[in-house]
Amino acid sequence: MAFNIIVCAKQVPDSDLVRIDPKTGSIIRKGVPGVLNADDANALEEALKIKDKHDDVYITVVTMGPPQAEEVLFEAIAKGADEGILINDIALASSDTFVTSTVLKTAIEKWAADNGEISLVFAGREATDGDTAQVGPQLAERLDIPQVTYASSFEISEDMKTVTISRKLEGYHEEVEVNTPCLVTAIKDLNQPRYPHMHNVFAPMKITSWNIEDLGLDADSVGLAGSPSVVISSFPLKKGKGGMFVEGESGAEQAANLLAALKDKRII
Amino acid sequence: MNFELNKQQEFVVKTIRKFAENEVKPIAAEIDENHRFPHETVEKMGKMGLMGLPVPREYGGAGGDLLSYYLAIEELGKVCATTAVICSAHISLVTWPIFHFGTEQQRRKYIPDMAAGRKLGAFALTEPNAGTDSAKQETKAVLDGDEYVLNGIKTLITNGGPADVFLVFAMTDKSKKNKGISAFIVEREDEGFFIGENQRKMGICASSTVNLTFKNCRIPKDRLVGKEGQGFKIAMQTLDGGRIGIAAQALGIAEGAFEEALTYLKTRKQFGGPLTRMQALTFEMAELKTEIEASRGLIYHAIDLKQRGLPYSEFASMCKLHTAETAMRVTTRCVQFMAGYGFSKDYPVERMMRDAKVTEIYEGTSEVQKLVISSKFI
Repeated sequence: MAFNIIVCAKQVPDSDLVRIDPKTGSIIRKGVPGVLNADDANALEEALKIKDKHDDVYITVVTMGPPQAEEVLFEAIAKGADEGILINDIALASSDTFVTSTVLKTAIEKWAADNGEISLVFAGREATDGDTAQVGPQLAERLDIPQVTYASSFEISEDMKTVTISRKLEGYHEEVEVNTPCLVTAIKDLNQPRYPHMHNVFAPMKITSWNIEDLGLDADSVGLAGSPSVVISSFPLKKGKGGMFVEGESGAEQAANLLAALKDKRII
Repeated sequence: MNFELNKQQEFVVKTIRKFAENEVKPIAAEIDENHRFPHETVEKMGKMGLMGLPVPREYGGAGGDLLSYYLAIEELGKVCATTAVICSAHISLVTWPIFHFGTEQQRRKYIPDMAAGRKLGAFALTEPNAGTDSAKQETKAVLDGDEYVLNGIKTLITNGGPADVFLVFAMTDKSKKNKGISAFIVEREDEGFFIGENQRKMGICASSTVNLTFKNCRIPKDRLVGKEGQGFKIAMQTLDGGRIGIAAQALGIAEGAFEEALTYLKTRKQFGGPLTRMQALTFEMAELKTEIEASRGLIYHAIDLKQRGLPYSEFASMCKLHTAETAMRVTTRCVQFMAGYGFSKDYPVERMMRDAKVTEIYEGTSEVQKLVISSKFI
């Protein structure tokens, strides 16, 4: 049986070009090209690395988004993925993470029913446009498989039954060993994504589009209607001015310097 | 008629632009300064299938269309003319003729490695005493049993230093002049074949340009490409395709310089505002932009003819002539717009100006292009 890997990917506005409308507080998406979300590129790369080393690995990339989100599937297949699935339906617009993870779970289970069991699921830690980092963990819960988040290194055993992952957490790393199937969320440190291969660009690509009917989902349970959380507004942060670094050889010295600075400014 | 790029072509542009920005641009000034051939870039281009983009899939290529290939050259040319010509010379001047005129055995032996970038190609026609006047070839090839014996010198050979596969032109029958020239594949390791030191140049400094010397260089007779006497025809047809590649490179150089100058004019403030307020400058920029787009139109026309298997040598010459002169004009004016900074090596436009010059010279000078074009209507 093939070792089936699912990679969850999202098309996001190119963060180098995104601006926030100062009046409405919303992201100006018009004219901003969509790109494969950065962490998802790392997730895909790790899947491709497994395929480089092992035979009979099959990578399916799943994305939920508008028709143009097909571009990220094109890119993923150009890099070496085998298949792409676009979940596209106008009813899915404004879905929150709760709905998104439900839809992805339904799609993955549908794929598995047709093609065979899933061995591994990769996702990026978070999308640069939403910054929630919720979809990966929620999806693991819904699929009822273990999850390992913030993966900064990944190694799969020769029999492909266990993976060893280093999780990058605040100020320390955690080594985890987990059995497959499991879900792993990737961060930037995990790898360096490859460039697409021209050979794949000009080959026939297997890209399928599913709507909510294909997934057996009800319009009321998805999109804005089905989402328990709603974004009320978004706005750019006001940048603070100046700031200073308190220096010193030891903590005690830094505290003393801070105290002196505060006194100097007559704050205390 | 439709100038819209298809999905694959758009993706190629996006991918090569990103590759050029991340991998090629950061080292462009350094390799120029040190006259250093960018082996690492060639390896990376090989890894992504770029060195065999238009080569059919059954020979290890990507099977891409011609426009995608030339778009890739243009994108490389925007940031580094050297990298563009390494790729263009390899594909258009060596891989293509071996594929097109070679035997099945030659194709199987050379094309897969070349398409994957594992072996680099160089085209060797020019000699110290035979430039445009190729009938004056002094390199000779004499059949001796099962081998040809080559003697002579080639000069100014692009990619020559690091190349593995050389397409070499030599006289097999001097009395027949151009019709006595034949084409041969010479391998780097062949005995009696010597690769000279890098020749220093005004532009495309990181591109390898060398002399090749043949001293009783014996090669198996199955290295003959096409038939004896077909060398001139092979060279001319090869150069037709190569000229579109050089036009695409020149287009890239012009666009690269234009973008640099535009960014400068938008940010440089003099007399209380950005230089883009000066109509004397923006009007000339408008003229340059128009020339750039006119060049693109000629290039696309030539590609369209070639892609459809129609005669295209006239358009290949016209697009190279026009785009090379455009690149020279655009880069020279961009240096002028940026004045002291344009002249400084801290900005890339002076390099682009030096690089642009060669596009008016190699693969047929502008004067040769005029010969080709005028021969069609006289």
